[in-house]
Amino acid sequence: MTDPVIFTRAGFFQGARESVPLLIGTMPFGLVTGITAHGAGLSILEAVLMSAVVYAGSAQLLALAAWTHPAPIVAATFAAFVVNLRLALMGPVLAPWLDRLRGWRVWLSLFVMADQTWAQSVRTMNAGGNDAAVLLGGGTAMIVVWTIMTAIGHVVGSYIQPPPGHPLFFAALAIFVCMLVNMWRGPRDILPWLIAAVVAIIVSRLLPGGSWHIVSGALCGSLVGGLLEHYRKTPA
Amino acid sequence: MRLDLSNLAAIIGMALATYACRGGGYWLFRQIRPTPLIRAVLAFIPGTLFVSYVVPALVAGGVRQMVGAAVTLVIMITTGSLIGAIVGGTGAAWLAYSFL
Repeated sequence: MTDPVIFTRAGFFQGARESVPLLIGTMPFGLVTGITAHGAGLSILEAVLMSAVVYAGSAQLLALAAWTHPAPIVAATFAAFVVNLRLALMGPVLAPWLDRLRGWRVWLSLFVMADQTWAQSVRTMNAGGNDAAVLLGGGTAMIVVWTIMTAIGHVVGSYIQPPPGHPLFFAALAIFVCMLVNMWRGPRDILPWLIAAVVAIIVSRLLPGGSWHIVSGALCGSLVGGLLEHYRKTPA
Repeated sequence: MRLDLSNLAAIIGMALATYACRGGGYWLFRQIRPTPLIRAVLAFIPGTLFVSYVVPALVAGGVRQMVGAAVTLVIMITTGSLIGAIVGGTGAAWLAYSFL
């Protein structure tokens, strides 16, 4: 990337436009989150507020599954931290963009960063894109749709409660499968991906119910890949 | 339009914890001066992160989810259409749920 990083209105709308398929895939997930919030006894105002400020589906579902009255403040906070630890690995990947932005542009872009829109931005950045507003645009579209779907889900929840294993919910996982295709860079990915898969499966058995398997799988696979690549290029 | 105080506190707690991850990871990264090795490692994060997300979920989900994932994968690789892959994969998973 040789061009200077820019942050334009056009980039913002490009990000929003490109996120449309991701939004459609995420809709059932938002719906389920609203239905679950209703089932946990949250008011529609509380459900909408949670989606707008926490904005992290798997953390919300995990916390809501164990919701009590009065609310489990410490447990819910801890659950959110553990499930979202993976997000801490994602920001630094976009450093080539974020390093060149200032103030609210950095911290607001990170606030609306979701797995799917982040992946989209990484792809744009690696393809030579230099408009960092793509991240904010995709994320903003995502948080708006996410919050609206939660509200709809809360209303729907008064009438129906689809079972947890309903195939509609597969849409959320399908997005992640597609992201894998987008992230594939060739044979040098084979070993790191294999290591990530094996470590993630093992850790998901040992420490279920968080994102430890995601964090440890990603770190182990990336360390091996990075070390191999680094020392192949610069022999000691 | 009820807003319970303990619910509000839990929601704020979750929001702070989540932003500590979202913003905090990059904030920490900014404090250190990344070496070429760190950059090489970071370049592998996107792929391995999604692998670590998807593979355990598929293993836990069983045959029906695998069918859905396989169809998603094939459509995505052959057509490159995100929306086609999501709709087709979810449809296939739905069929698998109905018949398997």
